[in-house]
Amino acid sequence: MSRYNRHIVLSEIGQNGQDKLSSAKVLVVGAGGLGCPVLQYLAAAGVGTIGIIDFDVVELSNLQRQVLFGTSSLGKNKAKAAKERLKDLNDSINITAYAERLTPQNAISLFQNYDIIVDGSDNFETRYLVNDASIITNKPLVFAAIYKFEGQVSVFNYNNGPSYRCLFPNPPKQGSIPNCSDIGVLGVLPGIIGSMQANEVLKIILGIGDVLSGEIFCYNALTLQNSVIKINKSEETIQSVLKTKNNFNKTKIDFNCVSQIKVASIEDLWSEKNIQFIDVRELDEKPKIEGLEVIHIPLGQLENRLHHLDSTKTKALFCQSGIRSKRAVLLLQQHDVQNCFSIIEGASEINNKMLSK
Amino acid sequence: MYITIKYFGQLTEITNLEEETLEFDGMYVYELLETLYRKYSTLRTKDFQVAQNKELVDENTKITGQEIALLPPFSGG
Repeated sequence: MSRYNRHIVLSEIGQNGQDKLSSAKVLVVGAGGLGCPVLQYLAAAGVGTIGIIDFDVVELSNLQRQVLFGTSSLGKNKAKAAKERLKDLNDSINITAYAERLTPQNAISLFQNYDIIVDGSDNFETRYLVNDASIITNKPLVFAAIYKFEGQVSVFNYNNGPSYRCLFPNPPKQGSIPNCSDIGVLGVLPGIIGSMQANEVLKIILGIGDVLSGEIFCYNALTLQNSVIKINKSEETIQSVLKTKNNFNKTKIDFNCVSQIKVASIEDLWSEKNIQFIDVRELDEKPKIEGLEVIHIPLGQLENRLHHLDSTKTKALFCQSGIRSKRAVLLLQQHDVQNCFSIIEGASEINNKMLSK
Repeated sequence: MYITIKYFGQLTEITNLEEETLEFDGMYVYELLETLYRKYSTLRTKDFQVAQNKELVDENTKITGQEIALLPPFSGG
């Protein structure tokens, strides 16, 4: 009886589908809570070439959810320990363990060797790096992330679909969102969510079913509620990542201190003399700002109107509620414009605070 | 108009609930956000995206639907 008999007897897979799995190459970033179930099911399914990248070592507190490891793996590199276990699970596939950190320097050449990238990392720096490198190498990215009892799953960069940055354009403030090691996570949650990632990988390879592209699946293990939210593609966002292509390996990532979008309250800024206030709302948006000298550049035009910015002044950007102005600051930082702040308050609150000054 | 707001992830720790229904007289998403910021002041410091009737929208979008969801990014893995 063939190892893959239960696949082959399915008319949707058959020998042809099993051959597709056997020729597929999948890279899994992170062999942790999500990476373990992903790797386990991909290896069992006979995905012919699997890469695992993880610099970390197995600790006792990982065993509550990282199901590829046992007490004999403690202290070993996770990529290597996972490979050891998977070789026993399926000795007919090729597995490569990269016992190193994913960086802007190694990401592009590594991704080029694979057809599909799976993100099982546990920090925003790596997640944005994985996303950007997937865009640049034009690889579909099977994404998932977890928080306590909740999970998110999506497939990005698939058939010209949206990317992670189309959903969340900028990395959040460092430390504003804690990770599992700080706050805890239900052990079975990454098992559920990682298995969904493995399912998406298999569907992409086999060309069956509907791939979770253009939407994000949100799952709550306590309430069993789920929501599927539609994501639109931002061509502008993807183009700005593609522009970094030639200098990508020169990008520096400080894994302890991610670059931040500077934010400030209007109250801290109005006494500032050397400041240029920039309204990034559309021209017809109300209310207008009273009592401040403001220049108006809608977010969509900002990139083409950088010359309207005064390089000798601090730039304070605002919008209706502080979301677009943060995007604007990120955009300016990407263009090496120094001294930009996003004002926390929206336009109506700026007016209120100006009045009560 | 009554609107149901759904909160995800760490936002539920600010609101202490996963869902609530509010009476709202404004027109735009940003007006609703201002209302929520007045109710939950630390919400303003959090990163999240807004979905209306299960579709991601800009803060400038007119409120036409009955359900608004606030979706923060997760990093855990």
